[in-house]
Amino acid sequence: MSLLDTHIGFVEALRSAGLSVSLAEGLDAISALEKVHWHDRETVRAAYAATLVKRQPQRVTFDAVFDIYFRRLIGGGVAGDGLEPALGPQDTGPDLERFREALADALASGDQQALQDLAVEAVARFGAMPGRGPGLSSWSAYTSLQRVSPAELMDRLVQGLLGEGLDDEQAQRTAGRRIADFTRLVEGDARRRIAEEKGPEHVADVTVRPTIDRLDFTAARRSDLEEMRREIYPLARRLAARLTKEQHARRRGPLDVRRTVRASIATGGVPLTTHHRPKRPHRTDLVVLCDVSGSVANFAQFTLMLVFALREAFSGVRAFTFVDDVVEVSDSFRPGADVVEVMESLSGQISQAALWGRTNYGRALTRFAEEHPDAVGPRSSLLVLGDGRSNYSDLALPVLGDLAGRARHAWWLNPEHPRHWGTGDSAADRYGEIVPMVECRNLAQLGEFVHGIV
Amino acid sequence: MTTWFESPDDAAARLRATGYLTDDATALTAYLAGALEKPLLVEGPAGVGKTELAKAVARAAGAELVRLQCYEGLDEARALYEWNYKKQLLRIQASGGDQSWSATHDDIFTEEFLLTRPLLSAIRRDEPTVLLVDEVDKTDIEVEGLLLEVLSDFQVTIPELGTVTATRRPFVVLTSNASRELSEAVKRRCLFLHLDYPDAERERAIVTSQVPRLDDKVVAQLVDVVVRLRELELKKAPSIAESVDWARTLVALQVGDLDEATVARTLGVVLKHASDQQRAARELKLASR
Repeated sequence: MSLLDTHIGFVEALRSAGLSVSLAEGLDAISALEKVHWHDRETVRAAYAATLVKRQPQRVTFDAVFDIYFRRLIGGGVAGDGLEPALGPQDTGPDLERFREALADALASGDQQALQDLAVEAVARFGAMPGRGPGLSSWSAYTSLQRVSPAELMDRLVQGLLGEGLDDEQAQRTAGRRIADFTRLVEGDARRRIAEEKGPEHVADVTVRPTIDRLDFTAARRSDLEEMRREIYPLARRLAARLTKEQHARRRGPLDVRRTVRASIATGGVPLTTHHRPKRPHRTDLVVLCDVSGSVANFAQFTLMLVFALREAFSGVRAFTFVDDVVEVSDSFRPGADVVEVMESLSGQISQAALWGRTNYGRALTRFAEEHPDAVGPRSSLLVLGDGRSNYSDLALPVLGDLAGRARHAWWLNPEHPRHWGTGDSAADRYGEIVPMVECRNLAQLGEFVHGIV
Repeated sequence: MTTWFESPDDAAARLRATGYLTDDATALTAYLAGALEKPLLVEGPAGVGKTELAKAVARAAGAELVRLQCYEGLDEARALYEWNYKKQLLRIQASGGDQSWSATHDDIFTEEFLLTRPLLSAIRRDEPTVLLVDEVDKTDIEVEGLLLEVLSDFQVTIPELGTVTATRRPFVVLTSNASRELSEAVKRRCLFLHLDYPDAERERAIVTSQVPRLDDKVVAQLVDVVVRLRELELKKAPSIAESVDWARTLVALQVGDLDEATVARTLGVVLKHASDQQRAARELKLASR
């Protein structure tokens, strides 16, 4: 493959991974590469990053694709050279013992180069998946990590670090971080080996995950959720900045004659600048009704956090959570409260919202209408969050119709893809006839929606 | 045409000489921005040294810094140029109507009545110039449109005077806190650099170079605490500027050892939210028990 082919393929892969790389930016990258030396892979990476990646969240995707197209080494390299993957189980083999000793030493010293070499060796030795014929074999990070199981070295590593004078908690953190680093190295190396055999296009399609703001709530892993939580406040800040700007743009009211004439005295009676009366901003009352049962709990929490982060934009926000009973949670969101505490108190209150623990939209809606009849009025907007999966129970459609009729606006946010609406026990299509149903699967869509209703 | 830096290593060395410690990516991007004559868009959390980078480039290259501070409501008149209306008005009144209109017109639209603002002055300068457009995300969309012409061709069109083209392209640095997405058109014309919190080693070096009077042991303790604070979920994680402030505070208080009591006493220097302080106090105590 020529250098140009690699470049074109790389840019194509970035585009298919969701980065908008224009032709001009590709040309910039080429002219940037002309200006630097190529002997260091990191230099090439930085030159590409400076010219092609214009949004920081995309950097993770970029790095993954870069590693596939511009591989660190070919084949086993020096560390894994001449290692024939042995067939059959070898968990008890002396090789594994020796390898784990070496790994423990490298982890204890934190030697990056040694860890990188060991990661290559781990994949070469323990990660091979024999195929049915030549060219069909593959590599698995999962298998090698299962065999080597670096997590079992944790205790030993902690003991070693304690000996170096770190305190207990510090040692735990350092050990955890080093083992996670090693795991990542092994995963990266397995991707590299696969890319070598099947071609980079194949790997780029399969292994590269979407950026965090495009990631589905329902497909998020635990670590993703933490990352999303960190995104909430920046997102709220961005939305707030955008809102003030838009309100300012529309704020020019009727001409203020008095102030204009006064200002014109400075320029000899010529009114060079005009002054206007400000417009009164209009604010809505928001009532949020969230399904917090297991399947959609994350989604509901994110939406609540975002709504409350933007509470200045509304005149009032009340939040209710339900599974099959309704409980008000507005108090959890004090101004300036700590994110983690709010999350904890929310999950604590989930148990109060459940009587039998099976989602029942009909019952929850009825209870809401009975217990909080004053919540929804002509000045307020109703927002229902949930997937509409009601375990085939009564849907209480008239109750929802009544609520929606009383409110100024009503929306239903659904974290599922529209093609799943109305399948199985989902009543999304039937609720959708009463209340406009909006698809809201990731942070980007959520941000857009919240911006829209403000 | 100026060469700003000879090579990435040269950029790193010369920036270091001015007291700005870079990592490899920053040095390389700064070098590329000079070599390709493209504007450099720097993004990152508050207080990691975005503005400082532009100042350091200016110092390293012996160039003058022209700064355009962006804010909401910034317009052409304050970014690019403006006619001095009051002076023009005086000129017309003073001539007392004995001049013809065309003569007056030619008279009042000249250099004398032009108030140049940062963008235009940066372009017209003959000496090496660093143009810093600070907090570009605070402006309105219209100003971005204005920047497009300046950033891509380095020229400004004034209807009455004609087009002013840069004789010498300035080194342009735009900084952004990412409170708003900039338009694709602006981003496309720029090189992008994300500055993040530095790793512990570089942060130690930065704090030591900024506050040389602080004991090495205390610097190590301080950086360790700051790194741990960044791992917590805080509303505003402490940045380099805050670490340096903290170091200065400790020097002023003549602290020889950063123990828990001192941390608790001076936490207000690094954390600016009440809930963050409570949370940090709790987490750090837990860690010591």
